[in-house]
Amino acid sequence: MNIYLDLFWTFAKIGAFTFGGGAAMLPILQQEIVDKKGWCSEEELTDYYAIGQCTPGIIAVNTATFVGVKQKGNLGGVVATLGVVFPSVVIITIIAAFLRNFAGIPAVQHAFVGIRAAVVALIASSVLKLTKTTVKDAPSALIFLVVVLLSVFDKPLEAAFPAVSFLFSPVVYVLLAGCAGLAVTAAKGGLKK
Amino acid sequence: MIYLQLFFEFFKVGLFSVGGGMATIPFLQDLGARTGWFSPADLADMIAVSESTPGPIGVNMSTYVGFTCAGVPGAIIGVLGLVTPSVIVILIVAGFLKKFRDNQVVEGVFSGLRPASTALITAAGWSVALIALFRQVELLTTEGITRTVPYLPAILIAAVVFACMNIPALKKVHPILYIVVAAVIGAVLQL
Repeated sequence: MNIYLDLFWTFAKIGAFTFGGGAAMLPILQQEIVDKKGWCSEEELTDYYAIGQCTPGIIAVNTATFVGVKQKGNLGGVVATLGVVFPSVVIITIIAAFLRNFAGIPAVQHAFVGIRAAVVALIASSVLKLTKTTVKDAPSALIFLVVVLLSVFDKPLEAAFPAVSFLFSPVVYVLLAGCAGLAVTAAKGGLKK
Repeated sequence: MIYLQLFFEFFKVGLFSVGGGMATIPFLQDLGARTGWFSPADLADMIAVSESTPGPIGVNMSTYVGFTCAGVPGAIIGVLGLVTPSVIVILIVAGFLKKFRDNQVVEGVFSGLRPASTALITAAGWSVALIALFRQVELLTTEGITRTVPYLPAILIAAVVFACMNIPALKKVHPILYIVVAAVIGAVLQL
């Protein structure tokens, strides 16, 4: 298949089966992009997510652009992005035109109870797989643990420290983690040259 | 020229909403209030639909708002406006990364970013789990007061899918299949 068509089609498939945020997209990305197509590695995928957290726009779109660029330059990035948004545009347009009550249909609501439960399990096994490549030593384990706790308890932390509530944001965590990584590498003598 | 204005408005939403799709909501609220294109009640419907359809929530919201304002061309232009800033920024970042991939400073920074990124995905999964695996029930004794309790059928589905994902013989099963089967089970059993 033509590589551009392949990029468009693969990301359209990913867009069509992402239920929820960027995290829900990860299991399908791992299967399609890393395992099946070999378009990027697991580490690169986490890099894209980290950058997506602190750049403008939606993480799913940012990740699609990244993978596309890596494969086929700027045009590849644009094609992959158009692919990931294509199913949304089609589905939402149809619903907006004909099925305004879509979210209130009982069968849809019941189906979503099942979908959300499956998505939780998919994210859990994706995370488990990711930690094997990204949490390898004591410093990375410490960064992982601190960011998990800060993110899970962000609301109580914001309430407890209202003056600095802007600090409890993924952007800040990612930036600090980057600095910590650099500091650890420097301390180990990894910046000698 | 409504199309140009739509593109520009969504370009702004895309430029300023950093992170997930939910980050677009405050900007869309502001957009509705300023332009009168849709009411807060419309927006609430759009959020409900965007959460009950596949696709990134921010993209779904933009399509819906664009369609409401100017039909099918409006939907397409809204989404293009939304994604344009992130595509431009990522093209620049990707070019930079390609050049400095093997730089030791960049390597060091990424050694810290990777566990943090994994942690943020873990936390996102946790918040999905809270919604998916628990239910609000009204207490029988005191009316109007709700309690959060575990919802066993959902927990069972999650446990079975998780187990299947980690059985080596089932490694090749596509995650999409689990989503489809879980949707059917949910609809048939009226969970």
